[in-house]
Amino acid sequence: MARVRKSSIHLSKLCSFSCCCRPPSTTDEHARIGQKGYSRVVYCNEPDSQEQIRLNYRGNYVSTTKYTAANFIPKSLFEQFRRVANVYFLVVACVSFSPLAPYSGPSIVVPLIIVIGATMAKEGIEDWHRRIQDVEANNRQVEVYDGNGSFKEIKWKDICVGDLVKVHKDEYFPADLFLLSSGYQDGVCYVETMNLDGETNLKSKHALGVTSVIRDVETVKGFRAVIKCEDPNEHLYSFIGTLYYECQQYSLSPQQILLRGSKLKNTDYIYGVVIFTGHDTKVMQNAMDPPSKRTRIERRMDKIIYVLFITLILVSFIGSLSFGIETKKDNGGDYRRWYLRPDSTTVFFDPRRPLVAAFLHFLTGLMLYGYLIPISLYVSIEICKVLQSIFINQDQAMYDEQTERPAHARTSNLNEELGQVYTILSDKTGTLTCNSMEFVKCSIAGTAYGRGMTEVEVALARKSGEILDEPMAIDAVESGEYVKGFNFRDERIMDGKWMDEPHSDVIQKFFRVLGTCHTAVPEVTESDQIVYEAESADEAAFVIAAREVGFQFFVRDQTSIQLHELDPISGKTVDRVYELLNVLEFSSARRRMSVIIRSPEKQLLLLAKGADSVMFERLSEHGRMFKVQTKEHIERYSEAGLRTMVVAYRELDDDGYKMWEQEYAKAKTSVGADRDDLLDELADRIERDLILLGATAVEDKLQKGVPSCIDKLARARIRIWVLTGDKKGTAINIGYACGLLRPGMKQIVITLELPQIEELEKQGDKDIIAQASLESVEQQIRDGKSQVAKESSTEFGLIIDGKSLFFAVDENRVNCFMDLAMSCATVICCRSSPKQKAVVTRLVKSVTGKTTLAIGDGANDVGMIQEADIGVGISGVEGMQAVMSSDFSIAQFRFLENLLLVHGHWCYRRIAMMICYFFYKNITFGFTLFWFEVYASFSGQPAYNDWYMSCYNVLFTSLPVIALGVFDQDVSASLCLEHPLLYQEGVQNILFRWIRILGWMFNGVLSSIIIFFLTINSITGQAFRNDGHVADYSVLGLTMYTCVVLTVNCQMALSINYFTWIQHLFIWGSITLWFIFLLVYGSIPPPLSTTAYKVFIEACGPSIRFWLTALLVAITTLLPLFTYRAFQTRFRPMEHDKIQTRRS
Amino acid sequence: MTDPNRERYRIRETAFYLFTQQSLPACKPVLTPGWVITIFLFMGLIFIPVGLVTLRASHSVVEIVDRYDIECVPESSRIDKISYIQDDSIPKNCSRFMKVRKYMKAPINIYYQLDNYYQNHRRYVKSRSDKQLLHGRKYHDTSSCQPVELNNGQPIVPCGLIAWSLFNDSFTFIRERAELKVNRKNIAWKSDRDHKFGKNVHPFSFQNGTLIGGGKLYPKIPLSDQEDLIVWMRTSALPSFRKLYGRIEEDLDVDDVIVVNLMNNYNTYSFGGKKKLVLSTSSWLGGKNNFLGHACIIVGCSSLVLAIVFTLLHLKYRR
Repeated sequence: MARVRKSSIHLSKLCSFSCCCRPPSTTDEHARIGQKGYSRVVYCNEPDSQEQIRLNYRGNYVSTTKYTAANFIPKSLFEQFRRVANVYFLVVACVSFSPLAPYSGPSIVVPLIIVIGATMAKEGIEDWHRRIQDVEANNRQVEVYDGNGSFKEIKWKDICVGDLVKVHKDEYFPADLFLLSSGYQDGVCYVETMNLDGETNLKSKHALGVTSVIRDVETVKGFRAVIKCEDPNEHLYSFIGTLYYECQQYSLSPQQILLRGSKLKNTDYIYGVVIFTGHDTKVMQNAMDPPSKRTRIERRMDKIIYVLFITLILVSFIGSLSFGIETKKDNGGDYRRWYLRPDSTTVFFDPRRPLVAAFLHFLTGLMLYGYLIPISLYVSIEICKVLQSIFINQDQAMYDEQTERPAHARTSNLNEELGQVYTILSDKTGTLTCNSMEFVKCSIAGTAYGRGMTEVEVALARKSGEILDEPMAIDAVESGEYVKGFNFRDERIMDGKWMDEPHSDVIQKFFRVLGTCHTAVPEVTESDQIVYEAESADEAAFVIAAREVGFQFFVRDQTSIQLHELDPISGKTVDRVYELLNVLEFSSARRRMSVIIRSPEKQLLLLAKGADSVMFERLSEHGRMFKVQTKEHIERYSEAGLRTMVVAYRELDDDGYKMWEQEYAKAKTSVGADRDDLLDELADRIERDLILLGATAVEDKLQKGVPSCIDKLARARIRIWVLTGDKKGTAINIGYACGLLRPGMKQIVITLELPQIEELEKQGDKDIIAQASLESVEQQIRDGKSQVAKESSTEFGLIIDGKSLFFAVDENRVNCFMDLAMSCATVICCRSSPKQKAVVTRLVKSVTGKTTLAIGDGANDVGMIQEADIGVGISGVEGMQAVMSSDFSIAQFRFLENLLLVHGHWCYRRIAMMICYFFYKNITFGFTLFWFEVYASFSGQPAYNDWYMSCYNVLFTSLPVIALGVFDQDVSASLCLEHPLLYQEGVQNILFRWIRILGWMFNGVLSSIIIFFLTINSITGQAFRNDGHVADYSVLGLTMYTCVVLTVNCQMALSINYFTWIQHLFIWGSITLWFIFLLVYGSIPPPLSTTAYKVFIEACGPSIRFWLTALLVAITTLLPLFTYRAFQTRFRPMEHDKIQTRRS
Repeated sequence: MTDPNRERYRIRETAFYLFTQQSLPACKPVLTPGWVITIFLFMGLIFIPVGLVTLRASHSVVEIVDRYDIECVPESSRIDKISYIQDDSIPKNCSRFMKVRKYMKAPINIYYQLDNYYQNHRRYVKSRSDKQLLHGRKYHDTSSCQPVELNNGQPIVPCGLIAWSLFNDSFTFIRERAELKVNRKNIAWKSDRDHKFGKNVHPFSFQNGTLIGGGKLYPKIPLSDQEDLIVWMRTSALPSFRKLYGRIEEDLDVDDVIVVNLMNNYNTYSFGGKKKLVLSTSSWLGGKNNFLGHACIIVGCSSLVLAIVFTLLHLKYRR
């Protein structure tokens, strides 16, 4: 309940007596104005004055882009070279123009430029989209007073500090404004702050009395004032400033400030003065980069890169050592290898200085074997992830037709983490449930009304084994017209039948309370229907219920509430005007609200509704008539997962009320820290001796498909924790309803709602309470653990409340508690605060060390969403705050199963395989270079033509691996959902275990050995053609390279088992491309093509030995992997193998 | 309501929709035991015959190899072969006898084979100027040819270590007193002759320096016709290599004895390299090489063995 009523600023402020001028802060804060941090000066309505211009505040142009046209190149380059691998390649590229380089400079620079260019292009496109949004925002129009008696439309970006603007209904505020006046006479206006804090309810803002008269062009013209206030800061809920107007000083509070990002609602127009513009506005000051999250796979990938770097250094070291020894041997009297002219040599090959030569050669080696490090790995992964995200966004299975919202991957770099989720932490309201409250039952005068069963009741009935005669679950479209928020079916009440019920007077009073005791505002839509703007969905449900029964609330103004009522005597609808005297607001401490009204019969009444625990103790002696039955009903309702509220009233006598009113008014205008306490005490004094009318029951409906989705996730062995602000009972019931708690599961409850603790609480000694609570929680945890240890075969569900949680996550006990929690299949934390949610998330993350996913919909879930490895926001009704801070957004909880089991699984598999394959292909290539060195006395001569090498990563092996990363599927989406256990492959990280990675690396080394030794033995030595020509350096290079291209592409074809035309095109196309490349490159004149000139067309193409060797090598390199896969699939099948085999 | 539905249905049929939903028609091969056994058997059945055919081709090639680097040094000089080979005053001619064991059909390729000679050394490979070979002295930027670039300020054509170390042993073949005709044309690649070595480029100040490397060139013949040089300049892939010397265009009969008169000029003694003379016919697969055939047969046999092992295990561990 508290979670919905989180707003501290109430709509009821529109009631004239409610205090709008509450001093927002103590006076000493205002004294700081003009000092450091409070130096801003605004000359209202004089933006062009000398003084204002001299201050030179920023314009209202807003840019959220990462780069500008000027700094794009340097800044994005800098970003690129923050990666170690890229720095390495840059250094290599620079050094490649020196004689150290084993290959020509351009051949290494071109791939680097392509790779860096692709990444920069991606950055650029993303930034361009942001820029388009900025331009759109900056070019919106707003009316500004031009100083000559009229308003003219200008663009947002041209607004200056001090401008006087007019904003119309449903428009956004262009900057942070000081509210002068509004369409209402008293200067009230309503704003929606959804974009700021995610709350959908309206908030009222109130202009100062002195300025609220400035409501037309004439008065605007003469308006001159100076505002001195705080400097720009990020605090949304505070503002300190002083208005100097007509020689008077007025203190300003957040009440007069309209923030950019919020929207004017229910108010025709407002006048305001611009205080903060552009990046000085509070919303922009708040904007910060979301914490960047990296996935487990990426972190491991970094480690692999380090392993490869070490391999690189090792291989280079071996090479340079051997080279040094070989070179030293040349230093004989009779030059050992005279054909190298060791007598007249450069330092690189100088046999007299073998150490220097070896060291320089070490550097050459680092460049030559640099092919071990895949240059295009990062960019390929990024491209794949972006494309994967597009697929997630496009998926029709995650498209909500009602709200027309697709799933949206807001960050693309967490895709594969979706396939590794170990724990899901879920919010309840709005996530598991719809947060659309429906009035379903009520108990009036001890009689229960409302037919049908809720989903929870059905689940409960099933649990206890009752056989249901018919599916009695209330279906919204069962009969009649569906009214949102109202699902009450009872012929005894509806259509005016209540008048024939035994306690019809009580029923009448009951619905009158529902119709008047609230803070909702009626709004007439275009089709003449009345809708209510209420601050919570529960409250709206009450008002709607009253309307449906025949107590239609239709007008609220400052002092009265009007209802269309059915008159039981005449049977006609009459308008009744209730004079509204006081509103005693709801707060989470009071857990009740009441209004004091004077009825048309001049009867003075206090109408109240509130939580059962506080209401029952306030009943008068003669008001407890139906207490026993009502209590029983409430119990039953809350078992059924319904939210209950007790309704009562009291008749007041005029004299008593007058005395109380005086005190209350005084307290309201008082200033001081104890003001709120005073008000509470006064409210407490009058909310007594109530007469019980009955109780309401509102259903928080489960979202569609939640139980089956949770069932699937549970079968995928994902742990689900529910963190909710609800009561223990409600939470447990929802747990049963959505299948988190199952029959046969043992419950372990840790709570502090124990008699002895409550006893202590009444005594009020905080230290003793804390001590006792601590001991109690510790004891309960220990009991739970021993219970779990005893019965290892049963599943356990842990339910813990917020208070106990506070003690349980204490440093000394946290391990003990997490042990217990980890051994339970389900954990429900009820009554937990937003902060506790975040703390629990962090704990789960750090204790399990595995991926956690947090899902929620409201502003109170933001902490948990940002804390978790993956944050998922439900783009539901509660605004966009959760979505804005999330990594993925979905419209319904049930889409989580598609997101995790299908996309998560696929993406995990794709990225894992892609990285393994990447290392494989580069190791294969890099090691053939090394083997060749062994035969070239480690001189650093590459085995291949320079351009063959530089095209390796960008042309002949890049597309298939991207196809793997984007399109590969082990099993289809429907099979993924059918076999949730498949998901464990990701959770246990089977596809990216070190053994598997090393296996792929080993396969790479093996492939390189097969390629090299088979090729040299088959090709070189004897004639390789029938005309007697022998294979030279260029023929061997070409043959080996052909084998490498064939091998890595065929390995790809072998390791995936999903071929659409895209895979076919990319894999076979890459091989074809290599031969086309050979033809084209080989026919370029020799100065450019050097050793590649006509080699293919003249020497290799006509040679049968060449083709036979290529075929043999390709098949032989495939044999180890094929054999492994064949035996593993048959004898040690993994989950996906089993499914594939079963399907075929 | 029907229209939008039909529209949606129509959209769902399009390839683009299937693409975005990742449900394009796909071929999903699964490694079922049947397929595994079939593939193993198939590979065995392909590679064993291919291997046999390859081996047969290799066996059909007749090859005579004669190592002459030691025998051609007089007994007295064998202790210090290096000073022998470096002493220009000693005549280097030498005679070898080769017995033909099998009928050899023309053309018979003559190769010289060097061992432990690193033509693929980076310093060596880079030490040439392709542009100079094509354009001659007109092309000046020959820094890559260091240290065989200039001689007394005059450019050397062809420059660089490769050309400088040109192989200069020569062979003549005599059968029954009659000299066998050796065709020394067409031993280089056609593309090399036509496009890499200039038709108007003549050797210039070649081997005129203080240190003489290998063979000399005829100053009057353009580079494109100096096929020995062109062959030599196609650097070998590995330290042990053969290069084509010429072709005997007469058949050789069994038990023919061929006398080879050779000039043992080239210094391989400094680095302990061997020199061999090879006469070889060629088949459709080229020269004599059993490796490829054996490899094919081994791969084929392993596939068959794997097929059998897999089948047995499959039958033993029935699901």
